[in-house]
Amino acid sequence: MTTVANSVGQKKGFGATLWDWLTTVDHKKIGILYLIGGGFFFVLGGIEAMLIRLQLLIPNNDFVSAGFFNELITMHGTTMIFLAAMPLLFGFMNAIVPLQIGARDVAFPFINSLGFWMFFFGGLFLNLSWFLDAAPDAGWTSYASLSIASTGHGIDFYAIGLQIAGAGTLMAGINFLVTIINMRAPGMTYMRMPLFTWTTFVASALILFAFPPLTIGIFFLTFDRMFGGNFFDHTMGGNTIIWEHIFWIFGHPEVYILILPAFGIFSEIFSVFSRKRLFGYSAMVFATVLIGFLGFMVWAHHMFTVGLGPTANAIFAVATMAIAVPTGVKIFNWLLTMWGGSIKITTPMLYALGFIPSFVMGGVTGVQQGAAPLDYQLHDSYFIVAHFHYVIVGGVVLAILAATHYWWPKMFGTMLSEKLGKITFWFFFIGFHMTFFLQHFLGLMGMPRRVWTYMDGQGWNLFNLISTIGAILMAIGVIVLIINIIVTTARNERVGNDPWEDGRTLEWAIPSPPPFYNFAQTPLVRGLDTYWIEKQEGHKGYTAAEPVTDIHMPNGSIIPFFMTLGLFIAGFGAMYRVDHSWGLGVLVFGLAFTFLTMAIRSVKDDLGYYVTKDQIRRMERGRD
Amino acid sequence: MDLNTKFTPQSWPDHPETATMEAKNKFVGFWLFLGGETVLFATLFATYLALKNSVPDGNEFRTETLFELPLVFVMTMLLLTSSLTSVYAMYHMKNYNFKGMQVWLAITGFLGLGFLALEVYEFNHYIHLGFTFGNSAFSSAFYTLVGTHGLHVAIGLVWLTLLILRNAKRGLNLYNATKYYTFSLYWHFIDVVWVFIFTVVYLMGVVG
Repeated sequence: MTTVANSVGQKKGFGATLWDWLTTVDHKKIGILYLIGGGFFFVLGGIEAMLIRLQLLIPNNDFVSAGFFNELITMHGTTMIFLAAMPLLFGFMNAIVPLQIGARDVAFPFINSLGFWMFFFGGLFLNLSWFLDAAPDAGWTSYASLSIASTGHGIDFYAIGLQIAGAGTLMAGINFLVTIINMRAPGMTYMRMPLFTWTTFVASALILFAFPPLTIGIFFLTFDRMFGGNFFDHTMGGNTIIWEHIFWIFGHPEVYILILPAFGIFSEIFSVFSRKRLFGYSAMVFATVLIGFLGFMVWAHHMFTVGLGPTANAIFAVATMAIAVPTGVKIFNWLLTMWGGSIKITTPMLYALGFIPSFVMGGVTGVQQGAAPLDYQLHDSYFIVAHFHYVIVGGVVLAILAATHYWWPKMFGTMLSEKLGKITFWFFFIGFHMTFFLQHFLGLMGMPRRVWTYMDGQGWNLFNLISTIGAILMAIGVIVLIINIIVTTARNERVGNDPWEDGRTLEWAIPSPPPFYNFAQTPLVRGLDTYWIEKQEGHKGYTAAEPVTDIHMPNGSIIPFFMTLGLFIAGFGAMYRVDHSWGLGVLVFGLAFTFLTMAIRSVKDDLGYYVTKDQIRRMERGRD
Repeated sequence: MDLNTKFTPQSWPDHPETATMEAKNKFVGFWLFLGGETVLFATLFATYLALKNSVPDGNEFRTETLFELPLVFVMTMLLLTSSLTSVYAMYHMKNYNFKGMQVWLAITGFLGLGFLALEVYEFNHYIHLGFTFGNSAFSSAFYTLVGTHGLHVAIGLVWLTLLILRNAKRGLNLYNATKYYTFSLYWHFIDVVWVFIFTVVYLMGVVG
């Protein structure tokens, strides 16, 4: 059963490399795939944002048509949440969490690969709508009465694309949960886990309980639109509010799925670049869990104006404001981590410093909207747009950019230019506040969200102009980042284990990028900030918990790719079944294909292979 | 993991389903998956309760007139018994009695098949009465809730058949013990969901 591992550094042809990436089950490579996929969709969503802002540049503009504008805002929101922010965070979770807990891989490497391909094909399906028919145009929330009435196949692309991508997300969530529960190195107790691992853990639990409602909601939508269902059609006894409930029972935890890992990233960065232990570690953990718990109790604050009645509104308003407490605990802990620390202003640290005031502003407007009576004024205005961009961009996107610079050396073995990194930060940060700060006031002045254009003479012109200029600055920042990545990759100056010099957690104790088996010996964890403890005691690397032994590794597999391909094909069948007779056949074929691949996976033994200790010794020696 | 290791009832571990790292992962992962499934069915139940008997004007179909408890009672008995036989199968699995396990699993499968056949008959009967999927919001919610459960039974039967056939010749080992065990978890879960469907949809539909 022992087979020889892929020898490191061997040159491979294009076909072999492609095959390797299509079949990989290595969490580090899947992390990179997530970054590439998420990065691609991030740029796509960014282009959509730029078109939106250019349309709103001046009053009575007709740069894009009203219908196309609806498609743009829908696809911008859907893409950024499902296909950019979440996959990019998954990229870092995949690449870093197993390293932080001293594991050699995730619990389910096969499912990890399957989760990626489902995200990717789901995203592809959704975006093919631009070319095949019409893009979805009922907003990212796709409220039922609107989405049922939408003609063409736009909403069908939304429903099926998100169904496929959402299933992938659910798998990734379960995978991270089991990885963190079962695969921690000896001594890595729960209360010694780095904050990024903790937030990944809680976010994954949120995924587990929030995505099934989305699955069901989207099935209802699919049935209503494509299979003669009547869930949302009131003339048949249906109820359109059911969609809103189901969507937000998923949708509100979703924003915590995004922001908690972002909190984790910043917790790592504050501690490393203040060269201090994270202040209030246990309070941070408790706050993370509490935010995750409360996240499920507040969905109806998105529906204050639906008319649920004062009692329901009051309960949800209070629950909403309660979330500000654990979040405030976190903010103060970050500030006190810096207090008295020996602060190094690196690019990741700049993002962390910029994050605090930006996110606090988003949080304050959040509490304002949580007050139900005030929300009646703010609802559906640009104030809402400003609020959620302050928390999502000011929190999640800043964290993703920070993590890109922070973990780039660990993932790729090269250091992104600090100079270009800081240029990116300033363009993005200033552009971000320019774009969204004034939108609060546009909202208060009465500008509704999701409008295609506006009339002259309402006092909105200047703020919209400034807002668009800000968006251009953000785009420049992203372009500088791309240049930075290209230049850094071309230069290819290799870095050592701990390029920031102040790494505290286990991932910095091993080479950059790590060998495919991560740890030659399983590490022994003796406290919080494992690697920092080792450095304090003058050790190089980490203390091992075991002698060098044979390492069990999973086999690569092409099955996840084909399994997803079947669903992708079935999606087209389901959608075109209404117009063409071949639709049903394609639907059945696609599903049968997927079930066949599942049966093959079930019947075929996949026991993995062993890397022998001699091979490990040879590879470890080759590195020194 | 070595598939060629031969066990005896004495050397077979007390908990073969969690004896290896992979098995532990599968075990925990499957429990978590069932947690997600619980939320999935909870959403379906909530929607069903919201749309129960919610029909357009002039539509005659109501739970009181539609459902017939004797048929559903037989279905319930079949599925509950199949849960019991799967427990017997796991008892034999833990005692390293491969044949006993396979036989009881086969019985489990036949009981499940009986349940599914009756469900197909039931749906077919309703459709002939005119209570189709698109008949009303109530019918959509009913078929989606009960049908999703039925789909789970069908998938479980395919899974079970593959397990029984794939391992028929080679017997029990620590690699497939977890596969058998997670199947039994899944089967119990389907059973529990049915208990709720029987109560919420049928009993409360006729009596409530």
